[in-house]
Parts: sequence; structure tokens; C-alpha cells
Amino acid sequence: MEKRESGNTESFYPKIIAFCCYYCAYSAADLAGSLRLQYPPTVRMIEQPCSGKVDIRLLLQAFEDGADGVYVAGCMDGDCHFLKGNIRAKKRVNAAKKILDKVGVGGERLEMFNLSGSMGPRFAEIANEMTERILRLGPNPLNTARAERATKGEEGDPK
Amino acid sequence: MIVAEAKPLEEILESLQGMSKVLVVGCGGCVSVCLAGGEKEAGILASTLRMKRELMGDPLETVEETLTRQCDPEYVQQLAKKLEGIDCVLSLACGVGVQFIAEQFPQTWVVPALNTKFAGATIEHGLWEERCGLCGECVLARTGGVCPVIRCAKSLLNGPCGGSQNGKCEVKPNECAWQLIYNRMSELGRLELLLDVAGAKDWSKSRDGGPRKMVREDVTIDG
Repeated sequence: MEKRESGNTESFYPKIIAFCCYYCAYSAADLAGSLRLQYPPTVRMIEQPCSGKVDIRLLLQAFEDGADGVYVAGCMDGDCHFLKGNIRAKKRVNAAKKILDKVGVGGERLEMFNLSGSMGPRFAEIANEMTERILRLGPNPLNTARAERATKGEEGDPK
Repeated sequence: MIVAEAKPLEEILESLQGMSKVLVVGCGGCVSVCLAGGEKEAGILASTLRMKRELMGDPLETVEETLTRQCDPEYVQQLAKKLEGIDCVLSLACGVGVQFIAEQFPQTWVVPALNTKFAGATIEHGLWEERCGLCGECVLARTGGVCPVIRCAKSLLNGPCGGSQNGKCEVKPNECAWQLIYNRMSELGRLELLLDVAGAKDWSKSRDGGPRKMVREDVTIDG
């Protein structure tokens, strides 16, 4: 993985949150590690008991707290340990995408992936895919807006 | 339950123009059950509004609170301690809750986040249908438990109109209420009940009689 990359702004190093199901993506990440596969350190994983644990509030909070990209990784269709958690997660991700589009953050920054515990290489591929996508999209506009506001505040006449 | 749905974001943003600190109030009653205005929905809306306003260059501060119900004074009064420094209350209750907060706190500006739709039931998760027209004088005993007042587009009380085709209504692609009534009466062997002609309904007991009020002396506490 390249070190700090240049996005469409100056030096942009994305922060990506991955909500990973314990039964698939989390194990796949483990396998990717055992296989010594390289994937970008831009991805921060959060273990979930099932991708269906993820709700819209959590996804929005990740963006509000400054994530440039977020993805949910659950089991393959039909393979959910809790039967339908991954299907529900996908619906919630789609609903959150619509909200992000309306808000102006952009639904493209959020994605749902399906993989199994034995797909270590796919896990690394997804991490690369999302990193490339976020590098293309640039920083989370909320971070940019907050930074601009902070600069203006500093420049403004202190009363 | 009372079924409601979220207003378009643009409309909510417009009603919050000029406000910088908003109390977002969810309701734990009907709107929680129909997934429109409970604690979770209040959280999602507050987060959405904060992000949108940040990107509009006009940041919004939110305080979230979800009451057990917004239609009982003892719960609504719990908001009193949360109102300090608040420019406006955004209520995720049905129209009753919004008005009740406004009545309890006359100095507070209250705006709705939902459109109240109807009195209905959950057919399946994510699907709600209207079942009661709140007409004030229930006719279900005569119609086999299917309400013609609200489920017939014309609220007919004596059989289907000529627009009922193959069991479907001509107004909306719903089942014809009178077909449903006929089927049910037929299955229960009570078709003869349909021979009774219903007289004119007293609509003054419904909305036509103006806002309604109910007093029960046996349960009033004071006086």
C-alpha cells in the first residue's frame, strides 16, 4: 500500500470504517493476515456479532464522527448465521445511502459487501476497492466544512 | 395505532430555518410501533439534520429525548427541564403529540417532523393499512368485522356500488370492502344479516360534528 496518497485535495489519507460480521468478514480479515496479504491501513474494523446488528444510526454516526467511507461486510446471501441479518443490513445500507445523498455527504461513500470466512483475498480486495473509491471521492464534505468553519473562526474578529 | 410517516427533509429544514438549537422529541407510542417517530427515528433525523445544516454552513445543535407518549401530560411535562436554551421543539409524534406539547408549553415553538396518515394496523413488517375511520359509531357488528366506513372508498353502508368489479374497488386497486363483507358473511352463514337496510348514519358523531370531546366522570380525579 502506498503511503499518504494525494486525493483531489492536498494530501488526503482516508479514514474508512468497516463493520464486519464475526462469522465472515472478521474471519476473512484474520485469514488475510495469516496469508500475509497486503491491504490498506486506511480501513478500521469494528467487529459485529452479525451484519444485521448494524443500524442506520450507527452508519450515520460514523460519517458524522468524520469517517470518509464506511462499509458493512456480511455473509454471502443465504449464509447468514442468523438467517437474514445480512439481507436486513443491505436494506439498511441502501436506506442510509439515500439519506447521505439527500444530505450531500454522498451515498457512494457507503457500501455493503458479502463474503465468506474463507475469502481472505476478497477481504483485501474490498479494502483496496473502498480505499480507491474514497480517494477518488475525496474527503468527507463534513470534515471539509468543519475545517473551513474552524479556520474562519480563527480568522474572525475575536469579541 | 396511529400510523405516520416522515415529512420530506426539505420541509423539515424549512420549518427549522433560523433555529440553531432544536429539541428533537420522539414518541414511544404508536409512531414507535410504525417505525416513524420512536427513539431510533429521532436519532436518525437528528443526525441527518445536523449533517445537512453543517454542509449548508449553518450548523445545528440538537438535543434528543423520547417520551413514553406525547399525548399524556405527565410525560410531556418531562420536557420542561430540557427546554432551556432551545429555539424550537421538533416533534416526531402524530398531530396529537405536536399540539399537546404546544399546549403544555405556550412559550415554545413546536413543529412536526411527521405527516399523520391514518388509524391502521401492521399487515406485515413495513406494511400498514387503514382499518378505522374513527366515525364515532361503530357498525362492525352489522358488517361481519369489515368496516365499510373506511374501507369502502365511498363509505357506503348498504352494499357495493356499481364500480365494484371482480371484487376490486373502482377508486383504488383495493379489495372492494363490500365484497369482503359478503365473503365473510357467506363463510359464517350470516348472509341474511345483509338483508337489513341500514338507516342514515349520524355523521355528527364523526368529524362532521366538529372536534370531539369525551368525559368520563368515573375516572376523573379532581372535582
